[in-house]
Amino acid sequence: MTTKTIAGHEVEVNDEGFLVDPGQWTEEMAADLARDEGIDALGDRHWRVLRFVRREYEEKGSGPTVRALGKTSGVPVKELYELFPKGPAKVAAKIAGIPKPRGCI
Amino acid sequence: MAANDGRIEKVSIIISKGSLEGIYPGLIMANGARAEGMEANLFFTFFGLDAIHRTRIGKIKIATVGNPGLHLPTWLGAIPGVSAAMTRYMARQMDKYDIPPIPEFVEMIADTGAGLYGCKASVDLFGFRREDFIDQVKDIITVGEFYEMAAGGEIVFT
Repeated sequence: MTTKTIAGHEVEVNDEGFLVDPGQWTEEMAADLARDEGIDALGDRHWRVLRFVRREYEEKGSGPTVRALGKTSGVPVKELYELFPKGPAKVAAKIAGIPKPRGCI
Repeated sequence: MAANDGRIEKVSIIISKGSLEGIYPGLIMANGARAEGMEANLFFTFFGLDAIHRTRIGKIKIATVGNPGLHLPTWLGAIPGVSAAMTRYMARQMDKYDIPPIPEFVEMIADTGAGLYGCKASVDLFGFRREDFIDQVKDIITVGEFYEMAAGGEIVFT
């Protein structure tokens, strides 16, 4: 675990760079977190996914898998991988400040 | 490619069996590789070709004979309808755990950007043609072309 400054806020992150406490996350951190993942600019479609994973986490306690995202976020799987080429479920979770989802599918 | 920190950047997964339990593991590994941001290619050979065959993809069954993992007596597994019933049971279980049926799964894996390829030797051997396979299949390739594509990554045989 290390401390990192994101968008002017000091937060704890784990070895993989996920926020330890999702409660510390604010929307203004997303752009910085996205840049670390090689995403230069977050568009409306990215935000649709980010808000969705955030809401899922708050309701269910874990972020959705890629399949669940493709079925329920309104963004199909093909586009999810265009928006988040390094893995939509994992990368969207990181940018949205929630833990890495542990589903296998 | 080829970061030297021990991370896997690319996998080429061979699916060589045509039973439900022979096909799913390779699909799950390919899908999981893409979900982790790795490059992934699937190479279907021998009976594994059924997983990309237009009319056979929807009819894949669990092997109820000669499958000790199922803990079912061979004579029972051989009774007509048992394989279909076991397959239906598995499908219900899988649905519970959010594992998609094979046709949906293969389509999803293609959508993740993984490449689907058929093995030329097997396609020739079984007398199949390109049109016999689902549209998501990128190409029918030789074993040499497969190795070329797999260069620099890991190869997983299932």
